[in-house]
Amino acid sequence: MKAEILDKLKTLAESAKYDVSCASSGTTRKNTPGGIGSTTGFGICHSFTEDGRCVSLLKIMLTNYCIYDCAYCINRRSNDIPRATFAVSELVELTIEFYRRNYIEGLFLSSGVVRDPDYTMERMVRVIKDLRTVHRFNGYIHMKSIPGASQQLVQEAGLYADRLSVNLEIATEQNLKMLAPEKNHESVYKPMLYIQQGVLESAEERQKHRSAPRFAPAGQSTQLIIGATDENDNQILQTSAALYNRPSMKRVYYSGYIPVNSYDNRLPALKQAPLVRENRLYQADWLLRFYDFKVDEIVDEKNPDLDLEIDPKLAWALRHPEAFPVDINKADYAMILRIPGIGVKSAKLIVVSRSYARLKAADLKKIGVVMKKAQYFITCNELAAHNVNETSPEYVRQLLTQKKLPKGKDNQNQLSLFPE
Amino acid sequence: MIIFHYDKTFEGLLTAVFDAYIRKTFPDKLLGIDDLEPLFVDESYTVITQDDKSERVWKALEKKTQQGVRNMITYVWLSELPGSDELIFRYIRKTIDSKHSIELNFTDDDVLQMQKLAQKVGRERMRLIELVRFQKAADDIFFAPVSPDHNSLPLTLDHFKDRFADQKWVIYDTKRNYGYYYDLKTVTEMTLDSTGLFPEGKLDENLMAEDEKLYQELWKGYFKSMTIKERINLKLQRQHLPKRYWKYLTEKQ
Repeated sequence: MKAEILDKLKTLAESAKYDVSCASSGTTRKNTPGGIGSTTGFGICHSFTEDGRCVSLLKIMLTNYCIYDCAYCINRRSNDIPRATFAVSELVELTIEFYRRNYIEGLFLSSGVVRDPDYTMERMVRVIKDLRTVHRFNGYIHMKSIPGASQQLVQEAGLYADRLSVNLEIATEQNLKMLAPEKNHESVYKPMLYIQQGVLESAEERQKHRSAPRFAPAGQSTQLIIGATDENDNQILQTSAALYNRPSMKRVYYSGYIPVNSYDNRLPALKQAPLVRENRLYQADWLLRFYDFKVDEIVDEKNPDLDLEIDPKLAWALRHPEAFPVDINKADYAMILRIPGIGVKSAKLIVVSRSYARLKAADLKKIGVVMKKAQYFITCNELAAHNVNETSPEYVRQLLTQKKLPKGKDNQNQLSLFPE
Repeated sequence: MIIFHYDKTFEGLLTAVFDAYIRKTFPDKLLGIDDLEPLFVDESYTVITQDDKSERVWKALEKKTQQGVRNMITYVWLSELPGSDELIFRYIRKTIDSKHSIELNFTDDDVLQMQKLAQKVGRERMRLIELVRFQKAADDIFFAPVSPDHNSLPLTLDHFKDRFADQKWVIYDTKRNYGYYYDLKTVTEMTLDSTGLFPEGKLDENLMAEDEKLYQELWKGYFKSMTIKERINLKLQRQHLPKRYWKYLTEKQ
């Protein structure tokens, strides 16, 4: 392999990096005799770049030439950026050699659309087919499905990929059409449906005979860009909740919009990517997936946006003081999970430990509960702190959002000995 | 104060448990064979490691506990932290003495401590699995030096053996000066005469395979390009990728 590959690799990595998906989870595959690699169900991160994001898969484009002109995308055809294309064999070799050095968990293959969707998708499928059949690669493969490609190609891709994904990008169709006139929601939902069909059919087949091939065993994911258009959090989270209702949809990623094409005046002029909002959306997403929250409990018409100052679970608790305080030694798991400062792990530990002895505040602390938050929402054996119900949500909110002053600056309320 | 001396091996520790039950005295402190004793000692006893004794204790544990608990004991032992042997001793004693399983009683400090220590070692095992970087040598063996805080290398062998089944590799703990070699069939423990093979974590360039340097450059170039400059967050990077691991990371060299 020659040194000019380095330039190609850099160019195509630059073009691929704005896709935030990085998971390598959802499939377990043991090594096969004569093959290379394995996949663990929980996914493995191999490095972290200076922006703190994980590098798990070789996230790369097959080509960054593109016939489309989507306003939010760095690779739009009207952008004057370096362009490159990998040969199928080059990318396969790169993946294998990186994998053997334990740099990566597998490949995340994406591509600009050249000529037409089917042509593009066919070349992508050739890469992953080569990896799986010629090199017997058992690592993780995530492939983007190209909107507009035929169902047949999606069917074939699903045989080799662990996860397939199509990015919705913009939560409302009207805004998507504004920024990407060549696309609409149907062009995205259609390949999503193909993937879903493939997953469901394969699951049914495999019930009949175990040797039936798996189809994208890690399901599908998608991505929404945040802050490029005027959707509020209610619209975004309602969209995600609807997506999660579909079988096979595993993850919705949120990508704070980074002004890559600031000259386009359809886009807002942002100084900074909306990182806090992105974080709050992920927290809300977690509440949907692991904390058994309904989307209407997190945002609704009246509160259409997430509170940037406090996390959505605390915000829910402060809107519902009547649900508290919760008795740690009696309440059921679902309710304990709703206490701010208690996560899934601590909640499980609490439920198993309390059958041995009544839990006290000190025990909770040792278990890993964030007492700073939780203290206002619980009662346990001896704790008699003023809870949210006895005081008021506003008071608790104020206590929890107070900025910590650096040492030496906290004496503002103290009277001076020598008044000026 | 009752003191037991033992040879600081795991079998020795289990023998100590056995002897304590025979003698009906239980140590307040466990020391190495030649360790100095504190000033006031009521009773001092030196354990002589015996496989039949240690096996009997392990069998008793097999009867009383699930596999997960025994794994936890192994993990805590490999933590090599001061006092972890005394913790294991107390934990085994509580397990044997209790009618019911104590596994989930996290109100007991020892149980919670055991779990936390095991978690710590487990996390480091994960870190190794993530952050080991192989360098291909001229003889087609993939080398990776590591220096974990705890002795967690043996816990990763199953993973690497399965994943890199068709390449020869060596993972070497430079801190404890031992490692493992996989020859396409089995994994064997090994010791190198000199650790001069990896100055500053890198394989000597004369020993590298022809294309190794190129792939290292490719990986570094790729890693650099992946950063989104508008989102730089070095604190977050360091949180996930503590600095003590950077020495052996190709992309950070």
